[in-house]
Amino acid sequence: MTIFLSLTFAGLALGAVYFLAASGLSLIYGLMDILNFAHGMFMTLGAYAGWDLATHLPASTPSAVTFALEVLAAVAGGALAALLTEVVFIRPLYGKPLSQVLVTIGLDLAVVALLLGGFGANSLSLPVPLWFLEATHVGSVLLPNADFVALVGGVVVLVALEWFLRRTRFGIVIRAGVENREMVSALGVDVGRAFTLVFVIGGAMAGLAGLLYTAVFTGDLLSPLQGDGLLIFAFIVVVIGGLGSIRGSAVAAVVVGLLQDYANYYGGQHAGFSEIGNLSTVLLLALVLEIRPRGLFGRAT
Amino acid sequence: MSHAIELDDVHVSLGGSHVLQGVSFSVPTGGVTALLGRNGVGKTTTLRAVMGLAAHTGVVRVLGHDTRGLAVHRIARLGVGYVPEDRDVFAGLTVAENLRLAERVEAPAYDDAFALFPDLAARVRQRAGSLSGGQQQMLAIARVLLNRWPLLVVDEPSKGLAPKLVGEVAEALARVATTSTILLVEQNLAVVRRLAERMVVLDHGRVVHQGPVGDLDDPDLTRQLLGVAAAR
Ligand SMILES: Nc1ncnc2c1ncn2[C@@H]1O[C@H](COP(=O)(O)OP(=O)(O)O)[C@@H](O)[C@H]1O
Ligand SMILES: [Mg+2]
Repeated sequence: MTIFLSLTFAGLALGAVYFLAASGLSLIYGLMDILNFAHGMFMTLGAYAGWDLATHLPASTPSAVTFALEVLAAVAGGALAALLTEVVFIRPLYGKPLSQVLVTIGLDLAVVALLLGGFGANSLSLPVPLWFLEATHVGSVLLPNADFVALVGGVVVLVALEWFLRRTRFGIVIRAGVENREMVSALGVDVGRAFTLVFVIGGAMAGLAGLLYTAVFTGDLLSPLQGDGLLIFAFIVVVIGGLGSIRGSAVAAVVVGLLQDYANYYGGQHAGFSEIGNLSTVLLLALVLEIRPRGLFGRAT
Repeated sequence: MSHAIELDDVHVSLGGSHVLQGVSFSVPTGGVTALLGRNGVGKTTTLRAVMGLAAHTGVVRVLGHDTRGLAVHRIARLGVGYVPEDRDVFAGLTVAENLRLAERVEAPAYDDAFALFPDLAARVRQRAGSLSGGQQQMLAIARVLLNRWPLLVVDEPSKGLAPKLVGEVAEALARVATTSTILLVEQNLAVVRRLAERMVVLDHGRVVHQGPVGDLDDPDLTRQLLGVAAAR
């Protein structure tokens, strides 16, 4: 039972990171019909932006302050990368969806190559507070502190995003645009501004996802390839949850996170098969596509 | 400015078929002009070309402005409200959110819209997707009334509505027509006679007749143009 609870907690933490990675992807696809392969790059750049900022801080900076600043840098870095991507590469190709997808793939490959050339693979370590490596007793269960951090990050962003989408005019424009972009512009609304905004929001969340993933799941090692690794699961989460649905992404992210953790532990232990977490995720994807091709929360159009 | 809309030799091709083949006509400012024709002759496509939603050649002038090179939202902001054929209210948004999205002026005319459609006022928190077809049509019309725009482009507002609702919607449009110019596509000829003063008839992507709505009194002409007997 204790193991089950720890696994559940770790799965929720992983789900939180998947949610951060997937929700922006889902909004971008829902509003603009773009499969944004550059999303992995936003995550990676977010993590590197956090690391870069930390290297410029005086050694006396308290570790909690350092981490808070890393988070800000990751969010800003991801948002900036997304802003430039949308304005410089996506916007001129409006109306050519295939070219847009190809340009995001090209950007991602180029940035990964640049980071590999500049820093090598797994050579950098992100400073995190020592407290992250400790654990807290909750009842009889010992839960890793780092998992709390990921979980809090995911929940805070989910609540903020829901608030933004429901309560602000821009949020209403985005939700309406996901349903019927053409009609939104026929009402006199400049949908192009909403495009830029979803990219920036998606990039900010991706940057945070990249940083939290490094801080919580990779033993603090930065890798130029981590974003693309996460991106695959983010795409799976988006498809399972339903394209364009934030709640769908949240539910699917938690389901996939839990499934991976359970399968890896129980499957790995009993079947001696280490890739079983990934395999079960793909099987779940196939099952959902078979039963509900539009995903759990996808609306028929 | 004597014309609210002018089309000059407008061509549209969709999926390889030449849907509008040089459409030219003008909509005078004030009152209702009906755009008529059998199913599939290009009425909806014409309205979409006016809104910039259908790529076209030729010239469309809206409220005196040449729309070539204007994005759809810029055309709408010239002062034209669009009520599309299938209403296209945003199903996942509430009635209030649908209306808020359409606000383009400092003081939107909610009083006007709710006076015309009191049913909507009671349902502002309801999701538009859960409204009846008639209520959705009312919402689609209310949405374009908020800005008191001088021109409305309305595509088959009575389609799929129960007879009683058809009367209500026609009544509402009649009142709107006292202050705005309306270009109306409508299959229900009783509604056309009630609302419109002038008509333009399309066939196979071309204008084949223009004149006063009284021309519908000629049963032979009506049958020839529309393939139906004129309602009295
Ligand atoms: N996306 C499309 N691709 C190909 N043909 C289309 C498309 N949309 C409409 N059409 C055709 O264009 C013609 C005109 O359509 P439309 O303007 O909707 O007619 P109406 O509103 O008069 O019934 C029809 O014959 C229709 O089949
Ligand atoms: Mg039509």
